[in-house]
Amino acid sequence: APCPAGLPPQNVPNSDWEKKVTEYFKEKLKENNATNWVPSLNDVPVHYLKPNSLVKFRCMVQDMFDPEFYMGVYETVDPNTNARVLHFGKYRDVAECGPQQEIDLNSSQTVTSERQTFYCVPVPGESAWVKEISFLTDQARVSPSTSYTPSRHKRSYEEDEDMDLHPSKQKEQHTGSGGDIHGCVEPKRLETEASAGHHLISPNCSPPLDLNFPLPGEKGPACLVKVYESWDNFKVNDVLEVYGILSVDPVLSIVNNEERDSSALDPMECMDTAEEQRVHSPPASLVPRIHVILAQKLQHINPLLPACLNEEESKTFVTNFMSELSPVRAELLGFLTHALLGDSLAAEYLILHLISTVYARRDVLPLGKFTVNLSGCPRNSIFTEHIYRIIQQLVPASYRLQMTIENMNHSRFIPHKDYAANRLVSGVLQLASNTSLVVDETQLEQGQLDTTGVHNVTALGNLITWQKVDYDFSYHQMEFPCNINVLITSEGRSLLPSDCQVHLQPQIIPPNMEEYMNSLLTAVLPSVLNKFRIYLSLLRLLDYSISDEVTKAVEEDFVEMRKNDPESITADDLHRTLLVARFLSLSAGQTTLSRERWLRAKQLEALRKVRLQQQKCVNGNEL
Amino acid sequence: MPPSPLPYHCPLGDRAASLCLECSGRGLPEFLPPPSSPVLMLPRQPPAGWLCWTRPGAAIPLDFDISSPLTYGTPSSRVEGTPRSGVRGTPVRQRPDLGSVRKARQVDLHSDGPTEDIATDQSLGQKLVIWGTDVNVASCKEKFQRFLQRFIDPLAKEDEDIGLDLNEPRYMQRLEEINMVGEPFLNVNCDHLRSFDENLYRQLICYPQEVIPTFDMAANEIFFDRYPDSILEHQIQVRPYNALKTRNMRSLNPEDIDQLITISGMVIRSSQLIPEMQEAFFKCQVCAFTTRVEIDRGRIAEPSVCKNCNTTHSMALIHNRSMFSDKQMIKLQESPEDMPAGQTPHTVALFAHNDLVDKVQPGDRINVTGIYRAVPIRVNPRVSNVKSVYKTHIDVIHYRKTDAKRLHGVDEETEQKIFTEERVEILKELSKKTDIYERLSSALAPSIYEHEDIKKGILLQLFGGSRKDFTHTGRGNFRAEINILLCGDPGTSKSQLLQYVYNLVPRGQYTSGKGSSAVGLTAYVMKDPETRQLVLQTGALVLSDNGICCIDEFDKMNESTRSVLHEVMEQQTLSIAKAGIICQLNARTSILAAANPIESQWNPKKTTIENIQLPHTLLSRFDLIFLMLDPRDEAYDRRLARHLVSLYYRSEEKMEEEYMDMAVLRDYIAYARSYVNPRLSEEASQALIEAYVDMRKIGSGRGMVSAYPRQLESLIRLAEAHAKVRFSEKVETIDVEEAKHLHREALKQSATDPRTGIVDISILTTGMSTTARKRKEELAQALRKLIQSKGKTPALKYQQLFDDLRAQSDTAVTKEMFEEALRALADDDFLTVTGKTVRLL
Repeated sequence: APCPAGLPPQNVPNSDWEKKVTEYFKEKLKENNATNWVPSLNDVPVHYLKPNSLVKFRCMVQDMFDPEFYMGVYETVDPNTNARVLHFGKYRDVAECGPQQEIDLNSSQTVTSERQTFYCVPVPGESAWVKEISFLTDQARVSPSTSYTPSRHKRSYEEDEDMDLHPSKQKEQHTGSGGDIHGCVEPKRLETEASAGHHLISPNCSPPLDLNFPLPGEKGPACLVKVYESWDNFKVNDVLEVYGILSVDPVLSIVNNEERDSSALDPMECMDTAEEQRVHSPPASLVPRIHVILAQKLQHINPLLPACLNEEESKTFVTNFMSELSPVRAELLGFLTHALLGDSLAAEYLILHLISTVYARRDVLPLGKFTVNLSGCPRNSIFTEHIYRIIQQLVPASYRLQMTIENMNHSRFIPHKDYAANRLVSGVLQLASNTSLVVDETQLEQGQLDTTGVHNVTALGNLITWQKVDYDFSYHQMEFPCNINVLITSEGRSLLPSDCQVHLQPQIIPPNMEEYMNSLLTAVLPSVLNKFRIYLSLLRLLDYSISDEVTKAVEEDFVEMRKNDPESITADDLHRTLLVARFLSLSAGQTTLSRERWLRAKQLEALRKVRLQQQKCVNGNEL
Repeated sequence: MPPSPLPYHCPLGDRAASLCLECSGRGLPEFLPPPSSPVLMLPRQPPAGWLCWTRPGAAIPLDFDISSPLTYGTPSSRVEGTPRSGVRGTPVRQRPDLGSVRKARQVDLHSDGPTEDIATDQSLGQKLVIWGTDVNVASCKEKFQRFLQRFIDPLAKEDEDIGLDLNEPRYMQRLEEINMVGEPFLNVNCDHLRSFDENLYRQLICYPQEVIPTFDMAANEIFFDRYPDSILEHQIQVRPYNALKTRNMRSLNPEDIDQLITISGMVIRSSQLIPEMQEAFFKCQVCAFTTRVEIDRGRIAEPSVCKNCNTTHSMALIHNRSMFSDKQMIKLQESPEDMPAGQTPHTVALFAHNDLVDKVQPGDRINVTGIYRAVPIRVNPRVSNVKSVYKTHIDVIHYRKTDAKRLHGVDEETEQKIFTEERVEILKELSKKTDIYERLSSALAPSIYEHEDIKKGILLQLFGGSRKDFTHTGRGNFRAEINILLCGDPGTSKSQLLQYVYNLVPRGQYTSGKGSSAVGLTAYVMKDPETRQLVLQTGALVLSDNGICCIDEFDKMNESTRSVLHEVMEQQTLSIAKAGIICQLNARTSILAAANPIESQWNPKKTTIENIQLPHTLLSRFDLIFLMLDPRDEAYDRRLARHLVSLYYRSEEKMEEEYMDMAVLRDYIAYARSYVNPRLSEEASQALIEAYVDMRKIGSGRGMVSAYPRQLESLIRLAEAHAKVRFSEKVETIDVEEAKHLHREALKQSATDPRTGIVDISILTTGMSTTARKRKEELAQALRKLIQSKGKTPALKYQQLFDDLRAQSDTAVTKEMFEEALRALADDDFLTVTGKTVRLL
């Protein structure tokens, strides 16, 4: 495990040294799947990891704290011998010194440096299969730096209840690492101390710390990620993979308690409220710290795909997959058609929806969003729930939002700033890019929305229309762009805006929906399912263009359509048809628009519209 | 300043040390007398520790001998500095803003430095510097005095400093003010100092803790020389502001520690008042001997032995004789404008002291000047390892509220964006292009297709007219903001246009008529749950002061909310009388509103008023009203299709280009708004007069008024805005031409009488076209004749009369028209209507 050691004083620190560290790790991690050797905080409970060892963490930036000034270099002095030693403070929380030494705070050698702290949570709504597969790839090799030993197995069961996410069958595979004795002792002490401290705090002074996950019921470690360079490149809601040094020093918690005790006496300490203290320096056992050596933004979190698609190796992967694209598409279409009770048109649109992504913004207009409103869903049935389960199996991250009056009025949708604790309190709409949000409107009953409810519905509408969420900073609002695929299931037309409404026409009504849906999922081979997953993630990342020739044809077409029916064909229709054409081409692996695809897109649109028309007639004056 | 050959040897050393020894011989002298005591005239000498304070990170190779018994530099030791003459009855007061963090350092005195006195040896004095800095006290003081005595602001504007003679030294007048008002604070604009003496400015920025006390000395010397009889609450404290070192919280970095910085932000939280002990008073329980101990690095060293009777642990703290100072912790958050997209705002802690406590409240936007501090988290004796993180805060020296300023006038310093010279060059270059107007308007919301005139109108709105002040002649401010209303079919990207504008301007607000109440638009009074204090919270209109307030679904806004806009749109102020708070806030905001027709589609057979059902009193306050209709023509469709298709495939470079455009556009507008203030030229005024007369003439031919002074004002504003687009200081004929063109276009769209096809301004000003009014009168006359023809009947049946009138009239008479005619006659006292009968009078 890397551990920056104190250097003798004559070694004047220079930034070269720091660059070399990152270079070294970058090189090392490239070598034969070394990334899989690094234990991941996503899979391994924190107390099984050796403190001060290299770990990785796949996470979303939930909040950014204020920059931190720390002692980049500090000097310790032995009061007896007057011997002075210089130390590096980078990559650590605690300025260490030996038992006989003191830190000389006034030393002229002290170098103050700056770092940034991000509050990170696991990717919200991350599908179980993503966790499983990445866990398996990690465990394919023995991870040398976990301190996970069979003798400690017993404890793991009790802890797993709240700390561990992966299903129990994997726990057996999770053994067999050669943790050394030293590593074994450390976390044990840490555990007892931390949990003792935690129990002491919780009954008398405050509720257990809210780890601030965007979605209710989420679990997993939250982490304070300390970034040392180019932190300006990262944004809130970015998905990162960080490699860094795990710091769970129990001193962190102790320092905390001391501060709290003395805060009444020392005016210097009252600048932070107890609340802020709690949030910004939570117990390290609960919220570990990672001192980042390498951090990279992830384009996607699908473990079946190479992380970076621009590299040479990944290119062959892409070409190989593209060559067998059409059978995959056909199979996926068949699968979704079954899921949508035999409605192939709806299945077609669902595919288009699932590969849609905001690829650009023209001033305020997000391009490439394709919110589908699947109307005609059976009311109060388990149908929508199962549709969600299927989507969950296909996409890396998703969330099902049940639109009930209760939920609307009482959930926290919009993240807001809590100034007392000085943090961004998360909400359901704080999601990473390309998360699938399934809004289930069939649950909605008549009723009264209160202020929160109105705000929530407005925010949801804004998210769909502008692909942005206005976070509430109480004195002002701040706009955070997002890229979320919203699928709305409803009976009639949804009250939320959408880009495209597809009315479901079930061909078969299974007597037992539950059974039907379950058998559907079990019937798919895991290998096929994986292909679906690759398909959906990969196509989203492709480029696309339209040739001049086709542009001309589209133009002609539009003028023609307007001539025939100026009332019903508007610019919006053209917008939509172009979108459908785009995703239709991409779904077949084509990166340019062909005339055939354009016609096919028009045909799909026509079919869809006919259905809506029929619906209108059935319901009389509806719509 | 010449480089000092002996930069780190302080000649003051021995003298100061001897002073110190003297002190310790007698016990610590009582330095801080209660303000009532006039006898003690000890000059204020804060830089006691300044001889040796230093900052972390400033590497100074020096050997310390910590065990040296000869130490000085504790804050209690005082050195004479200011002249005694004239300081009568004005006590000193500590400046906790400079020294809340004392980093007193012990210094080796066994140096062989010269022993001359700083005051007696001028030649050597030139070379002496405060330890750790390059500041020479004497020369620094002298320079600052020269600055005070001589500085005349060459850039000062008449309206900026009321009551100051601009040709006299500015700060001498300020001192005179202090003498008269008795507020012992001298605010010094660092920008002035910089233009006067660059080096002194640099020293101030780099070593504020040392330099500001020197400034204090200098200012007091001058002051008490001039006004020897003046008695102030305490000695004058110099408060520099507007340091250019840092503007943005985000750019604070370790190098700024202990430097003077100015940052802007918004107050989000303020603590209760914290009494901070400055000096503890101890009394011996045995012999009643008393002693004072000053705070040192946040701690009081409690004497363990009484110096008088040598009893141990006999000293007890006497609270009510100890000295406390007020202190408050404030959290400042980055202003939303300064933040890069996608990141959360940073915060920084401020410490305010003494009279600066409670000067700001949460929600205020302020500029803070102060010293940036980093304090290591306290070393805990029980744990040898400590957290390696510093706590940072700013000791506030000067606040400047940017909100409060709004009540008076445009705050030039805070509103102005700083442009680099290259940027200004680029912008000026751009402004010389002949097609700049077209260029800018096409750069506006490129994703929205065509609607050129509307975009041009919005562009002019973004620039705004010139601000004119007629308060002296009693008419108050003339509105410089241009208001625009867009109405038209749903789905014609009105909202998108609004969104774009909202995103473009720094002080934009976006609300929807449906969701906003009058309260949300204006301001409301809130009781702070903690302090039980009433706080005025401002709404969208006030927040967009000097910006644009975009209101979508204007037609859905309820009556009472809309009525608020009447005042805002003409007077540009907002009056509030609520919960005992009566005030008038400035709301110099342009309004860009969008309204949908009452029927879902625009009815071309109806007038604008009838289509959107807004009161004409409100409509006439819009300078331009545009219709956004869906044009039905093939060529348009074709162009639209091409435009949309091009949107739908990615072309990176083109995107980049456009993105650049938005940034340039933003800067261009910001520059023009703050630096260009065009005035009407002779020809332009002539052209405007002609245009107005022409407009009046159009109508007068048909016996109606087609233009009102309000339209003339609109024209002037538009012409000025167009001149701003050209960066021209003069409004010329071409500007008037364009203003006329736009105005005409907008009128053509919105004020055309659908019945006659004639542009009729009275549709907008009175809500009814002249022909309609004429017809109404005719009907009333016909009705009168009809009634008169019925002879002397005192009462008539309502329905009967209606039927008779319909039978007689050759055009269709609706019930509304009939009722209107009845009302008109009732107004003439010809008849009254009671229930179903009409009585003649």
